[in-house]
Amino acid sequence: MKKSGGILLFILVMAIVGPWLSPHDYQDTNFDAILNAPSFAGVHFFGTDDLGRDLFVRTMLGIRITLLVAIVASLVSLVIGVTYGAVAGYVGGRVDAVMMRFVDTLYALPFIFFVILLMVVFERNFFLIFVAIGAINWLDMARIVRGQTLSLREREFVDAARLTGVSTARIIFRHIAPNLLGIVVVYVTLTIPQAILVESFLSFLGLGIQEPQTSLGSLVDGGVNQMEGASWMLLIPAALLALILMCFNFLGDALRDFFDARKSP
Amino acid sequence: MSLLEVTDLTVRYGDSAVVNAVSFAVNRGESVGIVGESGSGKSQIALSILGLLPDNATVSGSIRFDGLELAGKTDKQLDAIRAVRIGIVFQDPMQALNPYLRVGQQLRQILLQHELANGVEADESVKKMLELVGLPDPERQFHAFPHELSGGMRQRVMIASALICEPDLLIADEPTTALDVTVQAQILDLLEELRDETALLLITHDLGIVAGRCERLLVFDEGRLVESGATTSIFSSPGTAHTRKLLAAALRTDRGEIRATANGKTVLGVDNASVSYRDKSKERLVAVTDVSLSLREAETLAIVGESGSGKSSLVRGLLGLIPMRAGRVVYAGEPLEGPVQFRSAAQRRDLQLIFQDPASALNPQMRVQTIVGEPLLVHEPAMSSDTRNESVVSILNKVGLDESYLRRFPHQLSGGQAQRIAIARALILEPKILICDEAVAALDGSVREQVLELLNDVQCDTGLSIIFISHDLAVVRSVSHRVAVMYLGQLVEVANTANLFSSPRHPYTKALIEASPVPDPLVAPASAPLKGEVPSLLTPPSGCVFHPRCVFAQSECSNKRPSLREYGGSRVSCHRAAELEL
Amino acid sequence: MLRYTLLRLLGAIPTLLLVIVLAFLMVHAAPGGPFDAERALPAEVAANIEAAYHLDEPLPKQLGRYMSGLLRGDLGPSFRYRDYTVAELIGTGFPLSLRIGLLAIVLALLLGISSGTVAALRHGSMLDRIVMSFAMTGISIPVFVVAPVLVLLLAVKLQWLPAGWSGTPGAAKYILPVFTLALPQIAYIARLTRASMIDVLGRDFIRTARAQGLGTKTIIRVHALKPAMLPILSYMGPAIAAILTGSVVVEEVFGIPGLGQFFVRGALNRDYTLVLGIVIFYATLIITLNLIVDILYGVIDPRVRNQ
Repeated sequence: MKKSGGILLFILVMAIVGPWLSPHDYQDTNFDAILNAPSFAGVHFFGTDDLGRDLFVRTMLGIRITLLVAIVASLVSLVIGVTYGAVAGYVGGRVDAVMMRFVDTLYALPFIFFVILLMVVFERNFFLIFVAIGAINWLDMARIVRGQTLSLREREFVDAARLTGVSTARIIFRHIAPNLLGIVVVYVTLTIPQAILVESFLSFLGLGIQEPQTSLGSLVDGGVNQMEGASWMLLIPAALLALILMCFNFLGDALRDFFDARKSP
Repeated sequence: MSLLEVTDLTVRYGDSAVVNAVSFAVNRGESVGIVGESGSGKSQIALSILGLLPDNATVSGSIRFDGLELAGKTDKQLDAIRAVRIGIVFQDPMQALNPYLRVGQQLRQILLQHELANGVEADESVKKMLELVGLPDPERQFHAFPHELSGGMRQRVMIASALICEPDLLIADEPTTALDVTVQAQILDLLEELRDETALLLITHDLGIVAGRCERLLVFDEGRLVESGATTSIFSSPGTAHTRKLLAAALRTDRGEIRATANGKTVLGVDNASVSYRDKSKERLVAVTDVSLSLREAETLAIVGESGSGKSSLVRGLLGLIPMRAGRVVYAGEPLEGPVQFRSAAQRRDLQLIFQDPASALNPQMRVQTIVGEPLLVHEPAMSSDTRNESVVSILNKVGLDESYLRRFPHQLSGGQAQRIAIARALILEPKILICDEAVAALDGSVREQVLELLNDVQCDTGLSIIFISHDLAVVRSVSHRVAVMYLGQLVEVANTANLFSSPRHPYTKALIEASPVPDPLVAPASAPLKGEVPSLLTPPSGCVFHPRCVFAQSECSNKRPSLREYGGSRVSCHRAAELEL
Repeated sequence: MLRYTLLRLLGAIPTLLLVIVLAFLMVHAAPGGPFDAERALPAEVAANIEAAYHLDEPLPKQLGRYMSGLLRGDLGPSFRYRDYTVAELIGTGFPLSLRIGLLAIVLALLLGISSGTVAALRHGSMLDRIVMSFAMTGISIPVFVVAPVLVLLLAVKLQWLPAGWSGTPGAAKYILPVFTLALPQIAYIARLTRASMIDVLGRDFIRTARAQGLGTKTIIRVHALKPAMLPILSYMGPAIAAILTGSVVVEEVFGIPGLGQFFVRGALNRDYTLVLGIVIFYATLIITLNLIVDILYGVIDPRVRNQ
């Protein structure tokens, strides 16, 4: 767990600080230095792309944006998912049945298709990317939170609180919510990779982040086009993307084990 | 040579030894009881004999079965012994049987594996075994899934699986703990009846069960064998302090009698209460029908009954946790009605509830201080936090816990401590009525005694009225002034404790009393007084709900529902109450 | 069991209806029309064309018209590929996507379940760790990274496998696309199987089976396999959805004229009917599949049948 956290932190720091270490700007095109392999010579640590832009800086920028989108989108799906799931689970009965039926319906949809449609419809609005990604991922969170809330509601300490006369608000915030914390944290760390994948996928299709901004997905897209001649353009962002995803997955797994152990003494 | 010879058996998990240098022997055909409180290592011994411990357990010592050394053998080597020479019955058949396979399939697999029968022959053997263990319809139950059977039937299937290969030794690990007391009696009888020359190693925390059924006893405490010997000698002259403690708890010899005298003033009146709810498949079940009770100041009223009796539903209806379908409840002159959130603060203060499972009743994310202090937060918002903390400490002391417990979380507490915290939480508001729903069922003997003593003290000091729900008649006998017996949602008898036990007037009450294990080796255990099991609430019998199982039933009993009538100080619901000499 | 099946069937219908309506509305909410990309037409001609395709009618009427067409199996004409109806286009693209998708899912199940089971049986060992590392890598690398990298490595640099599609003879051209598509699923199913198998093997009834002297092989075959497969069964719905998604990328990278490509083109071209048709087609597929999964779940777990 520590290793993943450490690597992620390092990447994050590099992404923030990195561009200052290089004299190049992410937009600077330099037609004399197109498609140079990585070298220390022109201070192009990762080489240059087909427009002569420095890849190191662009990659760092790409990481920033990818992480930003992923975290914001995950927060969006967190808020929607937890609220939806907690309400459905706590209220129960008919309301719960209807709400979950809605979730089941959405699950059945080839959602990615709707997202692509959305992207095309609203002409690649940057803000909308967050919303779209958040809109796909909240389903899992809602289901998990609802399941957990349902079983919590049956626990006797909730009955005890009701009997004593604790207000519904306090029951939800002081009794149920803290017990949801563990599972929510685990799922957020697993939602982030999903969000990254969706954003990268969209960018890869050309529907995500627009030039001259870039994300890891766009970089990979660009890399695919130059695959045969300048393989570093593909391999470096791809490797970083994979690394980030792996770290989040490891972290999520480790957190899940940690909280599982705590539940049963 | 003994059948089973265990020498210096030690089982470790990491650094701690759950079984510590244990040595004992079991002879052919003998019945030996292993007793001790939870955590004493009894189950671990059973599992180690058959090599069923988890991978992280380290076992040392010797386990010789009929001359063969079992310790250290691989699974493959042990497979030749398992089921064929040693059978085992586990505690909870719902968990121990495979819910995805039909009963017949699971059983025939054993025969197939050990090459004792094949194809149709195997099926026939299984059906014969099912009949032998008392299943009413072996042909049909062969094809049933475990969840389609009742608890008693499932345990019979479990026993069938353990005995089908006619082993030399049968290990029974808490075989009846999950069962109703009348079913327990049937199962214990069955074990005795079927085992023939098979030796029995019976593991239990209940001294009453082993008293009449085991020739020898092995007493365990925290992984060590502290005493062993003939059952009669151990009961008459226990050799160690621990054994004495266990016996005392079982016989309740060192607790004082109920000291509070119930004065005449009625605090709670229940008239014709009925409660119903919808179960998982949306069927409406009537859990309580037409129950009328009263509770006086400083009185302990016990409500006893087996599964399906409606005792928990009744109190939850009283308290407003679930809706009451009919009837009136009066407290302190005011009607008590509606869901709990709409009741007055005074009503919520004065009636408190303690649950069976203390682990579930405390919020795992809250510290003890907050848990116990919360009721004050709700009912005395004006109180300063300092005063509140003082009250918390004071009530904790009353339940026998000191300040060091304030900052702890529930998972850092033992069962007994957790239950005491729950009691502290209930008592901090100085309620007038305390309802204990199987509050001591999950506690071990000595801890249980402490908690009961605590309740006794509080009752004497403050005049607290207690409704004590339990399935354990032995406990009820020593803590209550009056007892109400329920069966399938109806009251069958209400009487003073002394009268109820000396002269029960309802056949069901008598059966319950007879079925309860008596911790006296000199008293032969009565054969199971009742056949069959409690019917499902979905299809209650007509007329008197008890008539299908009643040996005294006549034609009137299946047609007309009897009403509760007075007979010599008790109220009884039986058509034949006047004439029966029970 | 029958009642359970019927209830599930009935439940699927409103879902499908909702999908159709939602998709329809979204497609029509997109700015721009299907004919914008072509040379600017004189207003009159444009109006005529719109009338011919009923695009001038109010939305609810268009929806109604569309739905009645659906009932007859008519998904409408493609706006872009004028000579073809949507149904025909789906008929062309789908069989190819189906072939690749099916092969991928079969491969994923075979490799995933077996490696997951092995890892579970030897859990804690070096083999377990190796298998799980591969799995972790598999789920961390997106399809659109794997595809080009594999093409780069195996087709371009090493020249072991063909990179292109059209014009390449033989079955070898299936290998890379199928494997690329299957990879993340193999990994996910392996992890799922391992976790599920470990969970089932830890349950009390397995201990009873061991106490009955049934060997490991028998225990797995008779007692553990069915319940362990339940989470995998539940995953099949999302798995198919993932394969569909992945197919878009794979078809793009390898130049395969399957349904995924049609969809992206259709979306970019505002080819309403084509896009709508594909979405509904896929949704029906997934809903049907979920229905089958639900029924199978009831076959394996008898406790669920009463609900």
